[in-house]
Amino acid sequence: MEEEATILDSKVLEVNMGPQHPSTHGVLRVKLKLDGERVLDAECIIGYLHRGVEKISENRSYIKCVPYYDRTDYIAAVSNVYGYLLGVEKLMGIEVPKRAQYIRIMMTEFNRISSHLLWLATHALDIGAMTIFLYCFREREEILKLFEALFGARLTTHAFRLGGLWKDLPPGFEQAARKFIDDFPYRVDEYEQILTKNRIWLDRTKGVGVISGEEAIEWGMSGPPLRGSTVAYDVRKARPYGGYEEFDFDIAVGENGDTYDRYLVRLQEMHQSRRIIQQVLDRLPEGSVHGKAPRIPKPPVGEYYSGIESPRGELGYYIVSDGSPQPFRVRIRPPTFVNLQTLRRLVKGHLVADVVALIGTLDIVLGEIDR
Amino acid sequence: MTETLLVYAIIPFIKIAVIVLILSGAIAYLTLLERKLVAHIQVRLGPMRVGWHGLLQPIADGLKFILKEDIIPSKADALVFTIAPAISLIPAFVVFSVVPFGPPEMFEGLLRWSLGWFFDSATVESVAQNTLASGGFITDINIAVLFVLSVSSVGILGIILGGWASNSKYPLLGALRSSAQMVSYEVALGFSIIGVLLVAGSLSLVEIVQNQEKAHLWYVFVQPVAFALFFICGMAETNRLPFDLPEAETELVGGFHTEYSGFRFSLYFLAEYANMITISAVAVTLFWGGWLRPFPNVSWLAFLGLIPPVLWFLIKVFLFLYIFIWIRGTLPRFRFDQLMRYGWKVFLPVALGNVIVSAGVLLAFL
Repeated sequence: MEEEATILDSKVLEVNMGPQHPSTHGVLRVKLKLDGERVLDAECIIGYLHRGVEKISENRSYIKCVPYYDRTDYIAAVSNVYGYLLGVEKLMGIEVPKRAQYIRIMMTEFNRISSHLLWLATHALDIGAMTIFLYCFREREEILKLFEALFGARLTTHAFRLGGLWKDLPPGFEQAARKFIDDFPYRVDEYEQILTKNRIWLDRTKGVGVISGEEAIEWGMSGPPLRGSTVAYDVRKARPYGGYEEFDFDIAVGENGDTYDRYLVRLQEMHQSRRIIQQVLDRLPEGSVHGKAPRIPKPPVGEYYSGIESPRGELGYYIVSDGSPQPFRVRIRPPTFVNLQTLRRLVKGHLVADVVALIGTLDIVLGEIDR
Repeated sequence: MTETLLVYAIIPFIKIAVIVLILSGAIAYLTLLERKLVAHIQVRLGPMRVGWHGLLQPIADGLKFILKEDIIPSKADALVFTIAPAISLIPAFVVFSVVPFGPPEMFEGLLRWSLGWFFDSATVESVAQNTLASGGFITDINIAVLFVLSVSSVGILGIILGGWASNSKYPLLGALRSSAQMVSYEVALGFSIIGVLLVAGSLSLVEIVQNQEKAHLWYVFVQPVAFALFFICGMAETNRLPFDLPEAETELVGGFHTEYSGFRFSLYFLAEYANMITISAVAVTLFWGGWLRPFPNVSWLAFLGLIPPVLWFLIKVFLFLYIFIWIRGTLPRFRFDQLMRYGWKVFLPVALGNVIVSAGVLLAFL
């Protein structure tokens, strides 16, 4: 094997990075083949967090499935539930009230911001910038407080119900949300001051893990990693769902497809999410947030693929109904599972330190990959 | 006879004991200072529970480390594994034997007063006149700068040996990084000091400070490039962020000390802080006028002289430590190849150029 040839004819060092490692973001195990510091090969081994969510879904009623999807991508729990419920509603033809639709979009975008904040925090920490970690958590905390006010939980939110919401916005919620989005741009400026023009940050991220747009599409990538490689594909624009077509926002696109561009894209997405939330708050209609949904949903025989843009990429739920109260099959398309497979391609020829940066830039969540 | 005994044995021993004690305390509290400062940079409070604002935290930490189980991995080279942390820590202390923290006549009054109780006035006088006894340093040797360089590079051997003896992959990578880092930065560090030596014309740290007093100028203003290089390379020597590659906990788990636990780990931990203090003290001595007050020749600032020289020294060292911590709270980490590139392709040529230019200027105009 040619690529296993080492400089100076030294031995190849095999190192297990993970499943217990500070920077593999959960229980990812990467088997590295090293020549000194240079990575010859990286093999991802997953499954340490497999809980069989898809199989469990087949034995639960449509409503009882929902909390399980909170726990797949636990960092973007709101988006996960949203995608599933959209699919079931479509299968059953349930009409969701306007107000509920708007609030759902707002909370999903809040979730996108909080997820990107967590990503930035850990990604920067992996590269050694410790302070940004706590700055991001400061802002994330505000969002989690909003979640707690509306959903009653911070992480596994069980955000939405079939046909609408559990309950309407609590008093004071709108003011708190407005306060957050008014402050937020200045907070992002703080992060940019620390990182965007930082020589070391540029050195560490520019030109690391470059992947072209065509290749990214071939790998089936989606989300910020795809948009970082010049492809302007966003499910919210390509196949608008749940009322997204009513809001203005731009798709953030990178130029070179490297780690730095993916960083910029995510920062830009936080600004765009903020724009959407602003519009929701400005145009929030009055009315009920409860749609007409049956106690025990029994969708007609059929199948539906509901794809949404989760913070990590295209999250799909392929729901097959056989007419019984339990889904015949729910297949989840986790965006990071597809994105993660490019890791091997991305790290080749880079150094150990870049492996960590690249795992970070793909923004993986093992709960979603292993399900 | 009593005189010799006093000057060469008893007084130096007391000084060493006091300095080691103070330094140990300083290192312990430097960890607290770092935690507090970094915490405030990161909008949090840091240790608050143990004592007032966490003031007893270092003691609690020390106790915890001592009480923990001392694990030696079965595959490790037990002997080397055991002594490596000490190899890392001791040199940082040894360097202080030549770093002056006060002027040569610092303890004259104290010696006269205290020895007057026990000895006749002739002995007291001759002991007090001897700078070795009365000076604000343990010893003043004429190759002090070389001594500092050679001893401080021994410290990194501790890291390499520890990483190697662990017989584990991550520590091995950490040790390799550390040795590469040492080789690339020691050279530039040495060259940056040569600039000062050319101006000072002495290798004794005491004389270097005295010459700064005579020249009415701290050498940082004569050799700014050399100082910048010294500071950066010094940071690389202490394995601090942004050069903390041998540890790099997010890449190599814990780097060279992954397998260490308990008290041995704490020795490595303390060595890092001890090295910070050492590098700061050497930088202050070489470039920032050691114990001298600012603007030593400006007469209307004479009130600054009310603060004793040793305090000036400590204030300057503290400022350096603050900058070390500040940088840690701000910057990301370099990558291995970038570190080498900066070391060999940037710092070394600049340091060489600085030496050549300084020497040329001195030769042509002085």
